[in-house]
Amino acid sequence: MKILKMILLSTLGLYMTSMLQADEFTQKDLDLWMAEYKIVVKEGRKVFTDPKLGTNTVTCNECHPNATNTHPETYPKFQKQLGKVATMAEMVNWCIANPLEGKKMALDDQRMTALIAYITWERRGVKLEPGKH
Amino acid sequence: MKRREFLKKTSMLTAGTILPMSLIEVAFADEPDGSKSGENFTFAVISDAHLQQIKGTKFVRNWDMGLKKAVAECNLMDPKPDFILFGGDLGQLGKAAEIDHGAEILSALRSPVKMMLGEHDYYLDLGEHWMNRFGDPYYSFDHKGVHIVVLNSILVDEKWTNKWKDPMERMQTMAGLDDPNGSPFMVGLQQRQWLKKDLENISKDTPIIVFSHSPLQKLYKGWNFWTDDAELVQDILKPFKKVNVIYAHVHQIQYNKIGNIAFNSVMSTAWPWPYPETYSQETHYMPKMTIEMNRADPFFERDATGWQMIDVHSGRVDFNFQLPNNKNRTVAYNEKTKQPEDMEFQKEQIPPQTHY
Repeated sequence: MKILKMILLSTLGLYMTSMLQADEFTQKDLDLWMAEYKIVVKEGRKVFTDPKLGTNTVTCNECHPNATNTHPETYPKFQKQLGKVATMAEMVNWCIANPLEGKKMALDDQRMTALIAYITWERRGVKLEPGKH
Repeated sequence: MKRREFLKKTSMLTAGTILPMSLIEVAFADEPDGSKSGENFTFAVISDAHLQQIKGTKFVRNWDMGLKKAVAECNLMDPKPDFILFGGDLGQLGKAAEIDHGAEILSALRSPVKMMLGEHDYYLDLGEHWMNRFGDPYYSFDHKGVHIVVLNSILVDEKWTNKWKDPMERMQTMAGLDDPNGSPFMVGLQQRQWLKKDLENISKDTPIIVFSHSPLQKLYKGWNFWTDDAELVQDILKPFKKVNVIYAHVHQIQYNKIGNIAFNSVMSTAWPWPYPETYSQETHYMPKMTIEMNRADPFFERDATGWQMIDVHSGRVDFNFQLPNNKNRTVAYNEKTKQPEDMEFQKEQIPPQTHY
């Protein structure tokens, strides 16, 4: 009986381990997810250079080549001109409304997600420094 | 360095606002009695206006305001600059409407105007409309003992130039500073031969000022802060004792010296550009001497844009930058160190000027 119990338990153990393994990410998963992200980064670059994003044909990259001087690693941070701690998306909206003379977009707008995906990709590897000016 | 009268006047007139240009003084040795040499003179550079047509007669207001302001400030200067050089990129997409709009704004200037071509004026129709309006894209002239050369440094190889079926696609690609499908600028063989010939009969002691749109040195290829045959052009200039290269395109203050050649950049009236080292994915070659401008405040539309007045003295040039939201700056040639230096900040970096 004891032996049977042991066999049963060890089988159960093996079963559980294999369940755990089924939840681990495979390289295929990682590649797929990165590919999905890169698609959105590419889309973001399109929005970043789209003369129709605002109303005056000005594009984001006119002032921010390769998304420089956007500092995604420092958000959220206090923006004295907005008078509060703001997220990057709020600052992007400020740019759209002012230099681009356009209409602010919803913070979860797909184009906003794409813009931030692109801006952050251009800044990859830089350490997080929330609040920094 | 003695500040000129107009500096006082303009700073009074424009307290709390932005002056969108640079004034440059070219000075010769002062007289033995201490009075200024009669050969000293000043000129101004207005550059990179990037006037951008929205539709019909509608243009981007922000960029228009920068150029209009520079023109107004130049007209207020006393003494008047001997001439005003426009440093290129009058339009954004090389359209006839943009170039004509720019010509109209510049026509208000009350000093003689010299024009230089930028890539934004060129890659739609290969400069046809610009040349019809303003003439040759490269030429030279003499002024008060200084030989002055204007180059067209924004050419690229013919293969790239001719590979586009749609001229607007070519223009838009070149207009994107960070567009990976662009191509590195060059002066090219034809102009280098012309330059050699142009300088043939000039004495090696004659001070020389060379204007180019792109830097005649290699700073960062990714944004064309770069001229591919820069060394070859420098070689032609090397035998002359006093050479000053003044370039546009970079929308920021830069200065350095290579051999006898002092380099200075001018600002844009439209918008400032980040320094190349702020692009964390690439290496850069910024001149170490340059004390950089502050990071621009996007909430203050004209911040970090400007024009420059230039004093020419002893065959060297001093730059006076008007920085409305910051202290004005002077980058002058230091006869002791033989380098262009910031008159106030050369020794210490100022904390807010950290770029990252």
